[in-house]
Amino acid sequence: MEAVKSFFETPAPSRFTGIWAWLLTTDHKRIGLMYLFAIVFWFCLAILLGGLIRLELMFPGETVLTAELYNSAFTLHGVIMIFLFIIPALPAIFGNFFLPMQIGTDDVFFPKLNLLSWYLYMLGGVVAIASLFAEGFPDTGWTFYVPFSVSTQTNVSTAVFAAFILGFASMLTGLNFITTIHRMRSPKMGWLQIPLFTWSLYATSWVQLLATPVVSITLVLVMVERFLNIGLFDPSKGGDPILYQHLFWMYSHPAVYIMILPGMGVISEIIPVFSRKSIFGYKAIVFSSMMIAVAGSLVWAHHMYTSGMSDTAVFVFSLLTFVVAIPSAIKVFSWVSTLYKGAIQMTPPLFLSLCFIYLFSVGGLTGLVLGAAGPDVHVHDTHFVVAHFHFTMFGGTGFAFFAALHYWWPKMFGRMYDFKKAYIASALITGGFIFHYVPMFILGLQGMPRRYYDYLPQYATGNFLAGFGALFMIIGIALMFYNLAVTLRRERNAPADPWGGVTLEWKTASPPPLHNFDRDPEVLDYPYDFTGVKESQDNQANQDKQSKPNA
Amino acid sequence: MTDKAHIISYKTLLMTLLALFALTGITVGASYVDLGQLNVWVALLIASLKGTLVLLIFMHMKFEGKALRLSFISTIGFLAIMIGFTFWDIAFR
Repeated sequence: MEAVKSFFETPAPSRFTGIWAWLLTTDHKRIGLMYLFAIVFWFCLAILLGGLIRLELMFPGETVLTAELYNSAFTLHGVIMIFLFIIPALPAIFGNFFLPMQIGTDDVFFPKLNLLSWYLYMLGGVVAIASLFAEGFPDTGWTFYVPFSVSTQTNVSTAVFAAFILGFASMLTGLNFITTIHRMRSPKMGWLQIPLFTWSLYATSWVQLLATPVVSITLVLVMVERFLNIGLFDPSKGGDPILYQHLFWMYSHPAVYIMILPGMGVISEIIPVFSRKSIFGYKAIVFSSMMIAVAGSLVWAHHMYTSGMSDTAVFVFSLLTFVVAIPSAIKVFSWVSTLYKGAIQMTPPLFLSLCFIYLFSVGGLTGLVLGAAGPDVHVHDTHFVVAHFHFTMFGGTGFAFFAALHYWWPKMFGRMYDFKKAYIASALITGGFIFHYVPMFILGLQGMPRRYYDYLPQYATGNFLAGFGALFMIIGIALMFYNLAVTLRRERNAPADPWGGVTLEWKTASPPPLHNFDRDPEVLDYPYDFTGVKESQDNQANQDKQSKPNA
Repeated sequence: MTDKAHIISYKTLLMTLLALFALTGITVGASYVDLGQLNVWVALLIASLKGTLVLLIFMHMKFEGKALRLSFISTIGFLAIMIGFTFWDIAFR
């Protein structure tokens, strides 16, 4: 296995070298890495914007940003984090890299379309940046709500167009993954032998394919309104402003499941590996992924309880929102049950996964407060919503992203990182996270509105404390990226299977060869059967015991 | 799922085209009749019929395997729910 050249040394197509071997590649692993670097860039930029927002809010009155700049900062923070980081992060990086490997094949079904998706993603990012340099920064927030987005004089059209392009990248990736799973899976792998990360990507891809066109066309309607002033959302011309909210959330609520489902898939991979125990309720997790995809697409109007929507609709959407909590809870119970009586081996990916379970559970439970129409009317558009959203999306998807980075880093780059620094960074991020967002729950319950530049004196303490949390978090994230990045200058030292994983990506070299496997990988009857791993560990332990007395 | 090529007779294609024209005519005709709350549903029904014909005949969906058919039907189901729920909100306001 060591003699096989890795994909880093084997360009595809082979006629290209240097930078062209990357920019014109059709290799899913290289495309995954190109996504990694682009997405990390956007993530860091959005963190800086988030830091600025928090710094501004640390003290009452104007501190570092003017009111207009503050509006633009939270708009850009939201647009970049949602459209350029959270939505693509797990599917585009780890999905691209590992989906074909987990199903025992050599690439995605449409490799050129895969590259096109990356270019569309980059183009969307460039257009988003371009929106900053003309007519004033967009100031609508990431939701682009009408009538403000139609009437504001800032450069909303360009920002909306960027989101439109990014939507296409997302749809094409979803289409590619669905086709790959159907058509290129190892013939020996049945549907219930597919690893859970791939299953989660399958569910996600369907949501991407079905829901993204809705927001794409909605964003086009905003541009049409801005340029032609037809009155689609203007009641004085027979339009309906709430229709925009319906159309927007028809995509954007399922989009939170596009964001979280792959994260749940990552956690479902990591927990059994480091518990040395097959995952509890494999079929229940598969079923719950599909249930989340279906039920999650039917709850969009719970963002609109105070919009003027009919009471009957409020009642039904509230009920459906509670239904979607069931499959999410199934997953959490399954992970915890997997850990129970497992031979737990603590590593940075497991530590981050445990943080994920805790933070995501808090996010999920506070979601029930918002899902119930009564309390939602009280805390709607307050900092409570901001805290809930960040607990699910950052505490959930963000931490799953960090866990995936630490879990698959040795496979992607063939290099192991320093555990101590990884633990310190993870603890700083988690501690900072809690310090940052818990005060926001309290501020929200006290009535502090979201997106406000300034606040009443009674909110000063909470905002001041949250600022320190943000600082710890940013330091932790910087340390984490540093710890991973420095390994790139070292020699490749990671074994093919450093963790004792049993899914197919661990059956090949680290980093993998161009076609992923040098021989057909053996597909296990059950994808999380650790019997072989345990036996080899026991044998190793026996050998160590026997060799010690002779030493 | 099959990779075989399917050849549809000109007669079938022409009949489908004529059916689409006829349905377009019905859409225009229906727009002159006030059916109250049913206005939207009738328009959607005709449009769905037209879409189904295009997909089944022109895009060869009728020759595809179970997986693609099921996928397609589920997309229609979702679309129906999304449109239905939105209008349902408006009906109860």
